[in-house]
Amino acid sequence: MSLFFKVAKYLAREKPLSAKESTRVEYGKTLAKLGEEYPDIVVLDADLSGSTQTKHFAQVFKDRFFNMGIAEQDLMGTAAGLALGGKIPFASTFAMFATGRAWEQIRQTIAYGNLNVKIVASHGGVTVGEDGGSHQALEDLALMRILPNMVVLVPADGPETRAMTRWAAAYQGPVYMRTGRLALPVIYDDSYRFELGRGSVLRLGGDVTLMGLGVMVHACLEAADLLAGAGIAARVVNLSCLKPLDWELVVACARETGAVVTAEEHMVAGALGSAVSEILSEHYPVPVKRIGLRDTFGISGKPELLLKHFGLTAADVAAAARQVIARK
Amino acid sequence: MENQVAAQLTLPILDPGRLQELARQVRLDIVEMLYRSGSGHLGGSLSAADLLVALFFAEMRRQADNPCWPHRDRFILSKGHGAPALYAVLSRLGYFPREELATLRRFGSMLQGHPDSSCTPGVEIPTGSLGQGLSIANGLALAARLNRLNSRIFVLLGDGESQEGQIWEAAMSAAHYGLDNIMAIVDRNRLQIDGRTSEVMSLEPLAPKWQAFGWHTLEVDGHDIPQILEALKSCRGVTGKPSVIIAHTVKGKGVSVFEDKAKYHGVAPNDEEYQQALKELGAA
Ligand SMILES: Cc1ncc(C[n+]2csc(CCOP(=O)(O)OP(=O)(O)O)c2C)c(N)n1
Repeated sequence: MSLFFKVAKYLAREKPLSAKESTRVEYGKTLAKLGEEYPDIVVLDADLSGSTQTKHFAQVFKDRFFNMGIAEQDLMGTAAGLALGGKIPFASTFAMFATGRAWEQIRQTIAYGNLNVKIVASHGGVTVGEDGGSHQALEDLALMRILPNMVVLVPADGPETRAMTRWAAAYQGPVYMRTGRLALPVIYDDSYRFELGRGSVLRLGGDVTLMGLGVMVHACLEAADLLAGAGIAARVVNLSCLKPLDWELVVACARETGAVVTAEEHMVAGALGSAVSEILSEHYPVPVKRIGLRDTFGISGKPELLLKHFGLTAADVAAAARQVIARK
Repeated sequence: MENQVAAQLTLPILDPGRLQELARQVRLDIVEMLYRSGSGHLGGSLSAADLLVALFFAEMRRQADNPCWPHRDRFILSKGHGAPALYAVLSRLGYFPREELATLRRFGSMLQGHPDSSCTPGVEIPTGSLGQGLSIANGLALAARLNRLNSRIFVLLGDGESQEGQIWEAAMSAAHYGLDNIMAIVDRNRLQIDGRTSEVMSLEPLAPKWQAFGWHTLEVDGHDIPQILEALKSCRGVTGKPSVIIAHTVKGKGVSVFEDKAKYHGVAPNDEEYQQALKELGAA
């Protein structure tokens, strides 16, 4: 493993901390803190400030919070105008409506205009749960990844969410960040600093690399434990910065471990699995298996059941790892 | 502070005769640009010429040699296909050399088919996908308020464009937030691409709609410069709510063959039409 790559402090730990945090909650709390440090931060929501957690900011900074009502296109356009006027707008709603209903507003004004708008959307993926298919955004990352100028982030735990939110406030340019409902185990400690275009290695191993995004980073870590029991050393990488992707790390992992599994709570088309496959097919082809949803919409149910139903568990990742190793 | 700002202002031209003459020249520019480029939106550029001249030369606060002056009034061309009219006005104000007009829509030109702020000085934001400009204007208006700037935000909407739902989302927002620094103008030329707005998708009663959404609403003849100036002036004093002027216009205004015909929405003049246009617009 070349020292060039960021190896998370997590490696030094025996076991992850027992605490659990939800990415949307940590976003909301961090935003309220950032409000004090950055007088130019303004926050917009579309009648979901409780769900997206922008309510914490709204309570403290009443004159810098704008509820745009149930009007996501207007939400994005207004955020764009605020950015043009020198503000640092954070616009939040559900991932489905932010990237679906208002995709064209994001494309035409925020991305094309390269505006300093931060779109932080909650409720990505099937772990939305009971609300079902209409509310489970499985396409949002693909829709954002194809846009020039856009940075696309999916934090995997609380500290990473805090670091990314903080980073986004300081960065000049459009950012999309997906948060989720589930409380996730804490991976990083609070010294974690996010760097644009860098993934992090969470576990060393030479037989296969498990590349995860968001919730699925945790499935990859568990899968590595399962595989270790069978004498397979799996490397685990968190590619939380989906765009720009850490292609050097991706290629290095392919070269050093010879097989790759990607895992994401998203369609297999368009996001992490696609991005990794694109890079490897051009630069260093190795056997790849993509874990994600295949040509299907979500359904209602408890998040854990849905992860199982759609083949998004640690056991699924481990099984995929064995398959790619066999194809080496 | 405000005195200092006033000292730096480019002086407005208030003489209607001079403004009319400028509008005539802008129309000639539009015809010339489109004839040379062989494509572009003729009708909606000509219908907006008087409105843009009145706005840029008489009403908006700006500094000719400093397009990014922070205190400037802002203009958003929500009906982005009217770009030729905007480019003609900006060139006459000195935002870029007039020779550039001849490059409209060409490869490598600073004048893209629809406005692009990354290459054209004086253009605030890309537009061209209809229905989105009023939301952006609202955001600018909120930012100006937070930044304690007196700048006002002007936005030109098409009447066909007003069939987009987002316009009415934004109309609601501007009224909700009491954005009295917003000044919208609707180019009410009664035509869109497929025909009359009344046949494609009726907008009437239009003024009562804006009123019902909480806007200070006026109607003017959009080719009568003194009327436009008067209406713009009367809106300056309105507080607590946004203003909209419904400007009754003729699509293709200024050249008889182009006037009030949907077919001249998005085409360039042919040789014969070009010659006729030069004659009617009194080219020297
Ligand atoms: C969202 C969107 N849909 C369709 C178009 C294609 N289009 C360009 S101009 C136009 C008609 C616009 O009519 P109006 O707003 O009345 O403009 P004007 O008549 O003043 O040119 C259409 C449909 C577009 N640019 N954007």
